[in-house]
Amino acid sequence: MEARAIVVTSGKGGVGKTTTTANVGTALAHLGEKVAVVDVDVGLRNLDVVMGLESRVVFDLIDVIEGRTELKKALVRDKRVEGLYLLPAAQTRDKEALDPERFRAIVRQLLEEEGFDRVLIDSPAGIEKGFKTAAAPAEGALVVVNPEVSSVRDADRIIGMLEAQGIQENYLVINRIRPEMVRRGDMLAVEDVIEILGLKPIGIIPEDEQVLVSTNVGEPLVLRSNSAAGRALLETARRIRGEEVPFPSLEDRKGFWAAIRRIFGGA
Amino acid sequence: MWFWRRRKSKEKARDRLKLVLAYDRAKLPPGKLEGLKAELLEVLRRYFPADERGVEVRLEERGDDVVLIAEVPVRP
Repeated sequence: MEARAIVVTSGKGGVGKTTTTANVGTALAHLGEKVAVVDVDVGLRNLDVVMGLESRVVFDLIDVIEGRTELKKALVRDKRVEGLYLLPAAQTRDKEALDPERFRAIVRQLLEEEGFDRVLIDSPAGIEKGFKTAAAPAEGALVVVNPEVSSVRDADRIIGMLEAQGIQENYLVINRIRPEMVRRGDMLAVEDVIEILGLKPIGIIPEDEQVLVSTNVGEPLVLRSNSAAGRALLETARRIRGEEVPFPSLEDRKGFWAAIRRIFGGA
Repeated sequence: MWFWRRRKSKEKARDRLKLVLAYDRAKLPPGKLEGLKAELLEVLRRYFPADERGVEVRLEERGDDVVLIAEVPVRP
């Protein structure tokens, strides 16, 4: 992606925005970029706990905006990965404290003065002011969507709003796919979601228990042992950096009955 | 009884989504089409005898466009 300021958004809550932000951000840093992950969900901050950095938060985004500290001091450096920083949201304030123009200036400062290669913005759910503020400095977006009707519908709304704000470099992250259900015909397939939303995917992530395990312990999946979702998130980061990484087929399973079904054109 | 489940639930999800997105994108709630249908019928009746029965007005996706389809049976 050309975009250096990227908003991670979805419309609907609970589809994996924060997990995506934490892991893609960590992976990008792991691949050598200097990355800031920014939590814009003022009042409901979560990126700090998902990343396991909650105990090191001193200042937050609103402190910076209101001039109580300088930007550098609010950034929490992740000691596990070189070049990874978190800018936390305020937990005790409401969304009104965050002004889109001021926020845009902060993201500019990160990219132009603080030497960051990439800023990943974790947007709050919804389509109101919080989302619009999060999207204000963005040049591109990762639209996180689950293969499920309400999530796809909300994603469509969000894609329309991103385009209306002039944000053009937008990609889908299709999250929580259950290959077994897709094979049975009980879950929208990746191709269905792409066709309906008319946007290209940059990440295709299977449902994986290890996501919950990683948030339990506060260690991004991409830093942990080999898990299916962790691998897919790392590949997503590689694609963002412009590498050609083919999407592995999730539906391709070995086994006698699967082969029989394929031969007879079922499933 | 596998044959009961021939129509996969994902097919249904896809069809429902396409329809609801057609209305969302046109910013037109399905209920409003009823009003349009009534007024359309009024105008059509000035030109030929149109019957309320069998009239159907709906939105459909055609590639990138959303089109309004009105079907009005013309009585012989």
